[in-house]
Amino acid sequence: MKLPSFADLKKGIVEKKYVEVATNTSKTAISSFLKKKSNGPSIPDESWVKCKKCMNLVYKKEITKYRLCPNCGAHFRMTPAERIRITCDEGTFEEWDAGLTTANPMGYPDYDKVIEGAQDKSGIREAVVTGKCEIGGQKAAIAIMDSHFMMGSMGSVVGEKITRAFERATEEGLPIIVYTVSGGARMQEGIMSLMQMAKVSEAVARHDDAGLLYVVVITDPTTGGVTASFAMLGDIILAEPKALIGFAGQRVIKATIGQDLPEGFQRSEFQLEHGFVDRIVNRQELKKELTTILKLHSK
Amino acid sequence: MTEAMESVKIARKAERPTTKEFIDELFDDFIEFHGDRYFADDAAIIGGIASFKGIPVTVIGIQKGHTLAENIECNFGQPSPEGYRKALRLMKQAEKFKRPVITFICTSGAYPGMGAEERGQGEAIARNLMEMSRLKTPIISIFSGEGGSGGALALAVSDEVWMLEHGLFSVLSPEGFASILWRDSSRADEAAELMKMNAKELLKNGVCDKMFTEAEEGLEHNLQYTTDQISEALSEALPRLLKLSKKKLLDNRYDRYRKFGEFTEIG
Repeated sequence: MKLPSFADLKKGIVEKKYVEVATNTSKTAISSFLKKKSNGPSIPDESWVKCKKCMNLVYKKEITKYRLCPNCGAHFRMTPAERIRITCDEGTFEEWDAGLTTANPMGYPDYDKVIEGAQDKSGIREAVVTGKCEIGGQKAAIAIMDSHFMMGSMGSVVGEKITRAFERATEEGLPIIVYTVSGGARMQEGIMSLMQMAKVSEAVARHDDAGLLYVVVITDPTTGGVTASFAMLGDIILAEPKALIGFAGQRVIKATIGQDLPEGFQRSEFQLEHGFVDRIVNRQELKKELTTILKLHSK
Repeated sequence: MTEAMESVKIARKAERPTTKEFIDELFDDFIEFHGDRYFADDAAIIGGIASFKGIPVTVIGIQKGHTLAENIECNFGQPSPEGYRKALRLMKQAEKFKRPVITFICTSGAYPGMGAEERGQGEAIARNLMEMSRLKTPIISIFSGEGGSGGALALAVSDEVWMLEHGLFSVLSPEGFASILWRDSSRADEAAELMKMNAKELLKNGVCDKMFTEAEEGLEHNLQYTTDQISEALSEALPRLLKLSKKKLLDNRYDRYRKFGEFTEIG
């Protein structure tokens, strides 16, 4: 199956199906996770969705490009296309390495079908989009992970694309912004998924050695091997409100200690309190903050 | 039982020699150092300085116990952030004094507890990956038993990775793999086979550079059979790695991990 690149998406030359999926979360992610919730009123028709946080029904037209709940401000999950729209200056995003495609290093049964299913669902080829853009007029490399593709799990393609983004940013003397969202290593790729943690981390080290800026924006949820590698290695670590950020999964921790976890455990606010993120930033403020940070680091 | 699952069983045996026993067998004058200088000392990771045939070295390893009491003491070989931070402190010290670093790995994984999360398990592992990739002194890692996930990798970004015949290295346990992907932990046998997690398989894809055989009667009954091979390998590798320029050493290490991953490229 040939999937569109972002350049194609912008030109509008791809099948309508992909454009819809990539630019309209309300039709995919939000409605699909909302359907799972059994409590509270049911959704009367297609023009309403339910907020997972406040359980209120939300009129879809009230959800702006920032994908926030108009009632409680909950940050809904976003696609890379939506992130680009609210982060990059219009028309400046140029995608890198769009052609990297998943292989099957471990020979996991039917992995190609799993991948195809994820591609159909998300409309993108793999769980990260990388490239170059301008933010408030400042040039930067950017990598945006996507929870809609196998929960942003990191396999060879994700590791390779992020590594290449760091290497190219180092070569071109660019700062880099990375939006993380991930359930951790892609288990279907076995040990090779684990090795991506080392591969990306060494590319981060070389970018760091070159005196270049790395800003992480942690979004919900960021766990496992991504937390235990590049998500925790930024010069500056920002987080969206209430994002789940941790190494071990909550079910595993619960099973280990044999008791329930306190409210807010591993959320952004908890990580701020424990000293692992610099700032919690609301989505509407992100671009302004990134612009200021980039300006203060421009040479 | 599959060959892979047999390795898993052997690697987990309570009698399997621990890092302390490897250190006693391979090095002289080992002096253990404690603490991460931030919070605590983690007994799940031991480390210090020693001599290998006259060459000063830094030795760090994950410590399991043989008995329940010993295992409680070292948290069953599941390190906390303090352990990884102590390891990094000792590695930085090794860099300063131009000593090579040798790490021993045998862990089911980093400790998934509340305190470990509060004190930044993810950050501690991440920091080690990044700092080891640019540590200006040779690093050799030896997988003596289980090598579970990020908690094992955090001591294994190295110039060479060696494994004992029944050493393991995997993204998670075969039981975890089977239970998450197939919702059936009883298929661990099949998972172990598929995951290619033992030394013999990992030699094929370059994750492991060298394998040491174990005596037929079992590692615990004849440790020297294996440590003799390790000793010979160290005698060859240490002078060779110490001779490399720092740039060459770090470029080689970068390339070692840079190549991992399988994908195709189109358009």
